[in-house]
Amino acid sequence: MKKRILFVCGCLAAAVSTGCGSSSAGENGQLNVYNWGEYIDEDVIDMFEEETGIKVNYKTYDTNEDMYPIIANGAADWDVVCPSEYMIQKMLDNDLLLELDYDNIPNISNIDPDYMETVKEFDPQATHAVPYMWGTVGILYNKTMVEEPITSWNALWDEKYADNIVMMNNPRDVFAPALISCGYSLNSTDSGELHEAAAVLSAQKPLVLKYTTDEVRDMMIGEKAAIGVIYSGEATICKSENENLQYVVPEEGSNVWLDCWCIPSTCKNKENAEKWIDFMCRPDIALMNFEYIYYSTPNTGALDLIEDKDILNNEALFPGNEVLSRCETFRYLGEEAEEAYNNLWKQVLSE
Amino acid sequence: MYKKSLSYPYLAWAAAFIIIPLLFIIYYGLTDKTGAFTLSNLAAVATAENSKALFLSLGLSLLSTAVCLLLAYPLALILSGSKMGKSGFIIFLFILPMWMNFLLRTLAWVVLLDTNGVLDTILKAFGLPRFKIINTPAAIVFGMVYDFLPFMILPIYNVISKIDVNVVNAARDLGANSFQTLYKVVFPLSLPGVISGITMVFVPSLTTFVISTLLGGGKILLIGNVIEQEFMKGTSWHIGSGLSLVLMLFIIVSMVLTSKYDDGEGNVL
Amino acid sequence: MIKRWISRFYLSLIVLFLYAPIGTLMVLSFNNSRTSVKWGGFSLKWYEKLFENKTILAALGNTLLIALLSAVIATILGTSAAIAIHHMKKRKQSICLSIANIPMLNAEIVTGIAFMLLFITAGDLLAKAGIHFEMGFGTVLIGHITFNLPYVILSVMPKLKQLNMSMYEAALDLGAGERQAFFQIVLPDIMPGVLSGFLLSFTMSLDDFVITHFVKGLGADTLSTLIYSELRKGIKPEMYALSTMMFLAVFFVLLLMNLNPRNKN
Repeated sequence: MKKRILFVCGCLAAAVSTGCGSSSAGENGQLNVYNWGEYIDEDVIDMFEEETGIKVNYKTYDTNEDMYPIIANGAADWDVVCPSEYMIQKMLDNDLLLELDYDNIPNISNIDPDYMETVKEFDPQATHAVPYMWGTVGILYNKTMVEEPITSWNALWDEKYADNIVMMNNPRDVFAPALISCGYSLNSTDSGELHEAAAVLSAQKPLVLKYTTDEVRDMMIGEKAAIGVIYSGEATICKSENENLQYVVPEEGSNVWLDCWCIPSTCKNKENAEKWIDFMCRPDIALMNFEYIYYSTPNTGALDLIEDKDILNNEALFPGNEVLSRCETFRYLGEEAEEAYNNLWKQVLSE
Repeated sequence: MYKKSLSYPYLAWAAAFIIIPLLFIIYYGLTDKTGAFTLSNLAAVATAENSKALFLSLGLSLLSTAVCLLLAYPLALILSGSKMGKSGFIIFLFILPMWMNFLLRTLAWVVLLDTNGVLDTILKAFGLPRFKIINTPAAIVFGMVYDFLPFMILPIYNVISKIDVNVVNAARDLGANSFQTLYKVVFPLSLPGVISGITMVFVPSLTTFVISTLLGGGKILLIGNVIEQEFMKGTSWHIGSGLSLVLMLFIIVSMVLTSKYDDGEGNVL
Repeated sequence: MIKRWISRFYLSLIVLFLYAPIGTLMVLSFNNSRTSVKWGGFSLKWYEKLFENKTILAALGNTLLIALLSAVIATILGTSAAIAIHHMKKRKQSICLSIANIPMLNAEIVTGIAFMLLFITAGDLLAKAGIHFEMGFGTVLIGHITFNLPYVILSVMPKLKQLNMSMYEAALDLGAGERQAFFQIVLPDIMPGVLSGFLLSFTMSLDDFVITHFVKGLGADTLSTLIYSELRKGIKPEMYALSTMMFLAVFFVLLLMNLNPRNKN
């Protein structure tokens, strides 16, 4: 019996030790990249590895809220992440981001200065974030399934469309339309306003087919729902698969967001991380990513390279100033407000 | 085989990877962010939304356990009585589905049950009444039964197939009809398997968050979802741990209830 | 005769219930369209693309290796534990069984978080001692072994309870050594339980998502965690192709084993 026990222990030791030491590095070290799912042309990763000799460990997350605790608790040593503006603010507040050395990121000159100005809204010196993609949130609807063109968030509360509405599924994104249609800011922290929005969402719940951020695209393409709240890039992909679909940024205004590359405090390979960010800013690479995921790129170099100029007239991808002027970015509202959003959303769901 | 040393590696493993991690949860559940002792994390279960989620979870998981038992017991009887069962083929038939990832299998039900999905289209084509199950609590029970049914079938079958045929024959010879044989002989003998099955189905049903996410359309909040969001979105590991402790209380109660049953009847042999 | 017909019918219904989604996934793997909601004609392209997809293939390798290792180790550890527990005094036995059941009875998510807290703390402590330790393959394996153990014990215990000990004692009386008596008398008797414990472990490990999610750290993506990360933007059809192939492979292996004439006797 004893031999068998020794054998078992031996197996364990072997298994555990091979597991721990298995991270093989490239000739120029390693880079751990943590990005949104389907948010890059994966050929770009191979190109980066080839050109720099850095081995990339690439993994994805689903939402800002999923990514945050991983970084905050040091659950893994990520070198580069790609949070949205309000999450960058939150990470800055909690000292979770490292300052970038712009000398190592010369390609930042390709980024439209307007967006660097936007960065200053949540990162006052604009020293922690390099814009990657931006877009709006709006309504995607199926022209054959609605009676008249949709222009307002109010359609989401229209009983005609009961069981035909798809909403997003995280507190900030779901409260935004409710707050806006009540006439408030999507960054509201006022308890009265939030409760009013929650009541509006409760009233809407019976009409909603599904709360999901994941499947809006498939559901709209498959005509399982008439109306869905969706990101602009997704909307473009949907339209290319199903020509009955139409994207609109409602007249009351909406959310415009900006995702940026940042280096978290868990970073172990800062130089490589900066090389990565620089690579992402290179016009040809930015173009590849743009053409793969169809979100709006802030990279003027990439825009110059686009051959099919029609794409620049695509309202969903590049909304005019008229649209943008009624849009607002999310801001980090502090722990207390964050908890209020979470709790109210939970109340709506548990009813 | 009586050697005590046989249990040592297991006990060491259990201490390191069962007991100690659990102490972490207890520590987090009973402290606040500053590390001071508090009971407020436990009290969080009393809020309207959390208690609703807990009772819904309890209701749905009890229902799905009952449905699983009702479906599995006759099946285990049929299997143990047939030749196919003895060859082991049928058992593999019930493990085989697990070789397709359970996230994918559960997602497939969405394709089948959805509005304009496969089933809906068939019903529509034949002019039959259509029903809407997806994104309702019924869909979640459906998913639980689907995902956990094999865990009810296998332990019951395991025990029934071990029952001495002579015992059954003796009951018959002594004049019992087949119902009496089942009720008075086979069922009591199969209780250990039934108990195993119940614990194997009830607990994952009670604590799931994936099934409700996939089949509930995000409209239904189970206690598993609440805890998951507390850990993954709300980042309050303290409240999440507190709620987990409350959940564990329910699990322990059900464990004690079932183990009493087990000891009373299971040791008849 | 009617009873037999009803039995067959009932069996078929349950089998249909269990296999309907599997059939659906198989059909989807041949779907020319990228989304699961539109039928775009028959195509084998996802099977071709699968073999170019390094991410999926790496996850497959991890999944199989972890499932095999964790099932083997859990079966050995769990069976010996079950035997030891079976012969304990009642009080001690019930304490041990309660502990053994914890990973199974506890919410998977809590087990996962508990592991994560343990491994992060261990990582911090070891870092102070100058040893680099981070979550990855090893921690996933530890997690899987731990949650597999109760399934092995629960499968073996009922068999031990039904075991006729006088056979074992008779063997000892007739001069067999303890080891010989165990391997020749006890083990064959409890073998169905051991085997079903192993199979359950292997399949549970293969199927696990929640615990892996929390302890995988930087590396060690399994198929489950990969699928979950793909949920947001829709499952890649290559995944359906892989699942179909894995499923069919297992199916045919089992079919061959059962058609083997020696097994029939």
